[in-house]
Amino acid sequence: MNAQMIDLLLASLLETLLMVGASGLAAVVFGVPLGVALVVSDRGAMLQNLPLNRVLGAVVNATRSVPFVILMVAIIPLTRLVAGTSIGTQAAIVPLSLAAIPFMARIAENAMREVDPGLITAARAMGATPAQIIRKVLLPEALPGLVAGATVTLVSLIGYSAMAGAIGGGGLGDLGIRYGYQRFLPEVMLVVVAVLIALVQCIQSLGDWLVRRTSHR
Amino acid sequence: MIRIDDLHKTYATPRGRFEALRGVSLHVAPGEVFGIIGPSGAGKSTLVQCINMLEQPDQGSIAIGGQALTGLDERSLRGQRRRIGMVFQGFNLLARRTVHGNVALPLEIAGVPARDIPARVDRLLELVGLAHLRDRYPSQISGGQKQRVGIARALANDPDVLLSDEATSALDPETTRNILALLREINRQTGITVVLITHQMEVVRQICDRVAVLDQGRVVEAGATVDVFASPRHAVTRAMVSAATASELSDETLAALRGRIADAAPARPGQAAQLWRMTLAGGDSGALLASLGREHAVALTLVQARVEAVQGVAVGTLFVLAEGAPEALAAARGAAHERHAVVEDVH
Repeated sequence: MNAQMIDLLLASLLETLLMVGASGLAAVVFGVPLGVALVVSDRGAMLQNLPLNRVLGAVVNATRSVPFVILMVAIIPLTRLVAGTSIGTQAAIVPLSLAAIPFMARIAENAMREVDPGLITAARAMGATPAQIIRKVLLPEALPGLVAGATVTLVSLIGYSAMAGAIGGGGLGDLGIRYGYQRFLPEVMLVVVAVLIALVQCIQSLGDWLVRRTSHR
Repeated sequence: MIRIDDLHKTYATPRGRFEALRGVSLHVAPGEVFGIIGPSGAGKSTLVQCINMLEQPDQGSIAIGGQALTGLDERSLRGQRRRIGMVFQGFNLLARRTVHGNVALPLEIAGVPARDIPARVDRLLELVGLAHLRDRYPSQISGGQKQRVGIARALANDPDVLLSDEATSALDPETTRNILALLREINRQTGITVVLITHQMEVVRQICDRVAVLDQGRVVEAGATVDVFASPRHAVTRAMVSAATASELSDETLAALRGRIADAAPARPGQAAQLWRMTLAGGDSGALLASLGREHAVALTLVQARVEAVQGVAVGTLFVLAEGAPEALAAARGAAHERHAVVEDVH
């Protein structure tokens, strides 16, 4: 493997990190509130709103049903609107975010459902507003589950980002396909896979450590 | 302090309507420790959830300190709930907050300035004897300590009323006694009105001034704890009192006594033998038996006795084999009633 290949590898790694990092951030920033909305609007919950709950649930399910490769090309007009271009790493962040947000929302929803309903009763008995219950009870108590969910989301995003090559997004997956497969350079493919394995391991270990740190069970 | 009038609450269940409360009326005086006791399914939990309006009653009214809670909007209710502290059977502590953080929560919710919170929390932890555990997490302390945190948290906003929903039901007997003693102490020190929901007669016996017995959504008996213990009128109350004082005859003893009564009958014509359960509050049970035997021509044999202290008054349940002429036995029963001893036949 020559110096040129190493440069290419580093550049691809950076692209992957950029795509996964930015869309992961979007997943947390938009997915967690969406998860909160799903939980508190459900039947019997503190801000029950079944029409809203059904609509949000349907949108989340629909987005999660579309295969990522199709989602990527189907939303090109939206991508152009948001990123200013429909090609490249920056452009790939838009469909990646759109796929990750509902994924994270479902995970966040499940994490918050695990919170003991007695804690919500206790907070209500203290005279807490729904906003206070969300901020001081629901989210903090679900934090270990949310961290574990964000870890799963990031790992999934690494997988999705390999398909970003389809719209010129670059990244490690794209490198592996173009050099390792199409140019018959199996050693490039091997290195790419090794780097991906290491990356997933790092993220998972970091996530597990954070979960241990944040839960006091 | 708490006035509940004709409270009704019905739940829709998959198997039809379930009437949890069917016209409950109660009056709790300021500064007293009031017990609400009943078997499971009696409606206790629904009633306690209605007192701070976590559950909306279908009908009836609730007023605390003269302020009606029924009819208030959610926003005004939140303010009123801060005047009512609540302690739970399952403690309901936040796992990710320390002891200190848990007690701080109601203060944060009430909008107490952040700089004032630590001092107030420390004072509360001092009150419940947990100052040394302030930085522990709930998973690192015992059940009794968790409930002390629950009590400190319930008292954080200086409420007028403390509601305890089966607060000691998950605790062992000794811890239960300690927690009850703490509640009693806080009640004496601060004059806070305490309402205890429980299915344990032991709890009522130890600290309640007055008690209401709930059964199938209705108050079937209410009064001073001593009176209710000494002369339970309703079957449910009787069952709970005897369960608490374990004042039942064993089956073997009962069989032996029945045999003895049957054997004695043909031997002494004109004589009868009865087995009495006598319940009395205060006074000297031995002296009572002796004087009844002296004044009426009856022979009284003490079979089993148990005397308990209820709110500082000795309450006894005696099983007595009474023998004599039917008229003499009836007269002795009357005399016992005059001395506030309730006599019932055991069959």
